[in-house]
Amino acid sequence: MARTFDVRRQTGFTTIAAICFALLYLPIMTLVVYAFNAGTSIAIWEGFSLRWFEAAWNNNQVIEASWRSVRIASVAAVLATIAATMAALATTRTKPYRGLAGKYAFINMPLMVPEIVVAVALLIFFSRIKIATGYTGLGYLIAAHTAFCIPFAYLPIRARLESMDQSLETAAADLYANGWRTFRRITLPLLWPGILAGLMLAFVISLDDVVITEFVKSGGQDTLPTYMLGQLRRVVTPEMNAISTVFLLLSIGIVTLFFFMSRRK
Amino acid sequence: MASAAEIAKAYEAQDVRRRWLLSLPALLIIFFAAIGPLAIVLVYSFLEPGNYGDVIWKFSTDAWVSVVLERDIFDDTLSFADAHLSIFWRSLKLSLLTTLLTLLIGFPTAYFIATRREGTREIWLFLVTIPFWTNLLIRTFAIQEVIRSEGLLNSLLIWTGVIDQPLRILFTDTAVLIGMAYVYLPLMVLPLFASMEKIDFRLVEAGYDLYASRFQVLRRIIVPLVKPGIIAGSILVFIPSLGAYVTPRVLGGGRNLMVGNLIELQFGQGRNWPLGASLSMTLLAIVLIALMVYIRYAGSGERRHG
Repeated sequence: MARTFDVRRQTGFTTIAAICFALLYLPIMTLVVYAFNAGTSIAIWEGFSLRWFEAAWNNNQVIEASWRSVRIASVAAVLATIAATMAALATTRTKPYRGLAGKYAFINMPLMVPEIVVAVALLIFFSRIKIATGYTGLGYLIAAHTAFCIPFAYLPIRARLESMDQSLETAAADLYANGWRTFRRITLPLLWPGILAGLMLAFVISLDDVVITEFVKSGGQDTLPTYMLGQLRRVVTPEMNAISTVFLLLSIGIVTLFFFMSRRK
Repeated sequence: MASAAEIAKAYEAQDVRRRWLLSLPALLIIFFAAIGPLAIVLVYSFLEPGNYGDVIWKFSTDAWVSVVLERDIFDDTLSFADAHLSIFWRSLKLSLLTTLLTLLIGFPTAYFIATRREGTREIWLFLVTIPFWTNLLIRTFAIQEVIRSEGLLNSLLIWTGVIDQPLRILFTDTAVLIGMAYVYLPLMVLPLFASMEKIDFRLVEAGYDLYASRFQVLRRIIVPLVKPGIIAGSILVFIPSLGAYVTPRVLGGGRNLMVGNLIELQFGQGRNWPLGASLSMTLLAIVLIALMVYIRYAGSGERRHG
């Protein structure tokens, strides 16, 4: 008996897909494996050891940069999510009004302009403000991160809002709930999964940023990625692999959480 | 007394006002910490460079001239600035090759995912997105480890006997190409998947009923149907490739510059902020043109299917 003819099959596509997945994960896995190398090389295996994790843990610069990364990402993600939630409420479930399309385009603009160009613009703008005000704190980095996180946070929140049924809110209004009460008791709880998803995306995006941070930071304000970028110019030891491994686990953990949350409707 | 229509109109105006107020924080933050300062870059591109970076507030078109032309320091004649042009050319070439490479690998992969069963499909898709959400610098570093002389790739090739001397890939254009294709591959797969998911396989069946070969079905039915995905994916890969900074810096080793690195150089060692500003504006212009072409194509595509 002949095998059934599968109309969906294309010769060789499955093989290429298999190679593609292998190519996506092999480099990352190699990187993780060598984080546990006992030797000082990132290419010659000399046995299992946790020494490089210990080295990273005892490296003050690494700990300081990580802590700074987390602080910036937390503040920027929260601010971006609040701004994005408000913007999403203002741009969904409405008749088209003047400026709606423009707003939408403007919010997404940081995704389209090359990062290096925004980085240069912020370098010039913030260096002027630094001279004028004398303030050189983390505020600049937080502002910059908040701005480019907004479109990422906006995406899932807007998607959630658009799929939400408006009848519950109408019912609340019929029962004499005022605007704020309706928002707090009905809209917000329904919107919550979208807001959390937006918050997580914004956090990961801020944590990963290299280019804008590299240009905006003042002296001694390295985040973990810019610290690593500086280190890559020198001779690299498995300590870099160890740092990367921890970083990867954190990002993958957050994204996995996001995946399962968005699956559970 | 106000009529019902007047009340409705006033209510609507109030709603629009409230909506503007609500979106104000997001708009202001993006304006002040991302998009607004681009205007300053434009202004800076028409000024003269200061001695220690920054600018002198004097109008000059020198920076724009030197994007493409070079003034001879002895006799003041102008000629094409080979250094800049070759970097722009390399950026364009590498970005196009990256787009092509990701399309060649991404198309079958997206098709594979789109033809899985409903439950497993999401998991495959998730496996593609994971690398996208992990740090770009770390992924570039991972590629650096794989392609260095004593890395996995060379060891494998020597072990299988394909070569007996390690290939010098790191710090070449090839390294940058491999790196960019690796980091931007998910950006190609996702939009391709989104259009393939919608393929009506009855059309494919009809093709086979009319004695089309697998390749004919692919070329005459599937590719035209997913054309919007191909265009979207290509744009999503091409734009960040063109402005890439981290990948060429880590894998190109300081010699194989792309536009992004050339721009950075003007704000670092080069100390020519106006030139850096005009190069940035040139890059932005190229990206905007690419986007406009995309919008035109995507728009006409939707109308045809609509």
